[in-house]
Amino acid sequence: MAYPADHRYTREHEWISVVGSTGIVGITDYAQGSLGDIVFVDLPKVGDTLEAGKIFGSVESVKAVSDLFSPASGTVTAVNEELKDAPEQVNADANATWMLKLALKDAAELDALLSAAQYEAFIAEETGH
Amino acid sequence: MSTIDPTSPLRRTALNATHRAHKAKMVDFGGWDMPVEYSGLIAEHTAVRTAVGLFDVSHMGDIQLRGPGSLAAVQHLCMNDASKLAVGQAQYSAMLTPDGTFVDDVVVHKLSDNDYLIVINAGTRDKDIAWVRKQIGAMPNIHISDYSDYYTQLAIQGPKAAAALAKLTDTDLTAIKNYWFTYGKVCGLYNVMIARTGYTGEDGFEIYIPSDEPTSSRVWGEVLNAGAEFGILPCGLGARNTLRLESAMALYGHEISDTINVFEANLGRYAKLDKGSDFVGRAALAAIEAAGGPKRKLVGLEMIERGIGRDGYPVCTVAGERIGQITSGSPAPFLKKNIALAYVPVQVAALDEVVAVEIRGQLVKAKVVATPFYKRAKKST
Repeated sequence: MAYPADHRYTREHEWISVVGSTGIVGITDYAQGSLGDIVFVDLPKVGDTLEAGKIFGSVESVKAVSDLFSPASGTVTAVNEELKDAPEQVNADANATWMLKLALKDAAELDALLSAAQYEAFIAEETGH
Repeated sequence: MSTIDPTSPLRRTALNATHRAHKAKMVDFGGWDMPVEYSGLIAEHTAVRTAVGLFDVSHMGDIQLRGPGSLAAVQHLCMNDASKLAVGQAQYSAMLTPDGTFVDDVVVHKLSDNDYLIVINAGTRDKDIAWVRKQIGAMPNIHISDYSDYYTQLAIQGPKAAAALAKLTDTDLTAIKNYWFTYGKVCGLYNVMIARTGYTGEDGFEIYIPSDEPTSSRVWGEVLNAGAEFGILPCGLGARNTLRLESAMALYGHEISDTINVFEANLGRYAKLDKGSDFVGRAALAAIEAAGGPKRKLVGLEMIERGIGRDGYPVCTVAGERIGQITSGSPAPFLKKNIALAYVPVQVAALDEVVAVEIRGQLVKAKVVATPFYKRAKKST
């Protein structure tokens, strides 16, 4: 699985891409595969403040709850409402399914995140491949 | 639940390599390395409700009691009335502590007048066998055998289970009623026990075959082949749990345990206090009845606000006062609701009572509903 090179990644399996000063956030294909069928996504509200590395919501499969960690700090400007009724979209194409958008407080925070190559190496190590 | 020695390796069924070859996601269940899902929990759950699914449940245990004293031993050990069983019939029952709480829930099978098979849970195997030997080991004219490792036990469950299994045996499956069993030739093997039992709430069978790896994997493959035209899927413990939850069937360590009594668990109809012989826990149950019954009860909950109430989450009044706890809770893949079983005080155990589940600090409303949440349509095969 080739992870989009223009995204950055966290060790908690979130991705972030940048358009101007807006960060777009989702979870990776590896995350959706580990979770299994996703049945519930709990996201913040527009206007909420997120802090890099802190929990901003959760994603649930039938069997388990997984916290979502914010890749960057900022204010939520949009939330993907479709995921309320169709959370399975995340399973279908995690790398392309956005969860929220935020006005980035400091784009330099992204430098601390993993590149696509680094993320692929990270998960290869996790799965022992 | 039995305690697990973290330094000892996980136990495996004969089909462990087969599950791994299927690329199943594996999990530690009660000390066993078991498949939790293959193609996906929801697909597997749906297959059982609409077609047929295949489970490896060989981790469960099998205790056989033989001899003229075996009925008396079963009657002493288990709360249901085994004297009502005909040869070839099985019943849901339980072994209780002297306090009327659960050692384990079991299915008792009458093989003959002098021969009973008790199927027990995987997570409580060692504890149960020790309990059995302690409770009835000194009773006369019985021989206790632990046959747990002798059998590979396969569960074939769903509306098409009979159609699939019929391709592999000459035994007339239509003659086996629910909770009855017989012996027949299956996949070329003689004397295979074919039981119309299961843990899914669907029609289905459990077959007990020799536990050597070649036989086990051959039969597993033949069942999948026979069921292919019906859409059979191998199913893991994830779907097994959501299926039994929709059917409100108890899981040891959740709805039943050694701190929960029979009446609290809503299983009083299986405890035959008047069967004419004493059993371990009988006096305690009689005392609970005499004192007015249980103070808390197991109820079904359906989430009515957005959120999933899960195992262990507190149940509260709408105002936020904690009053109970969810024993098992999860999305229900077939019903498409979020459901749970929970212990609440008897005063709030009435249908339509509204409570709140504490989900990560938030109170989310749920209502008490009738169980089972799902009941299969009654129809002839």
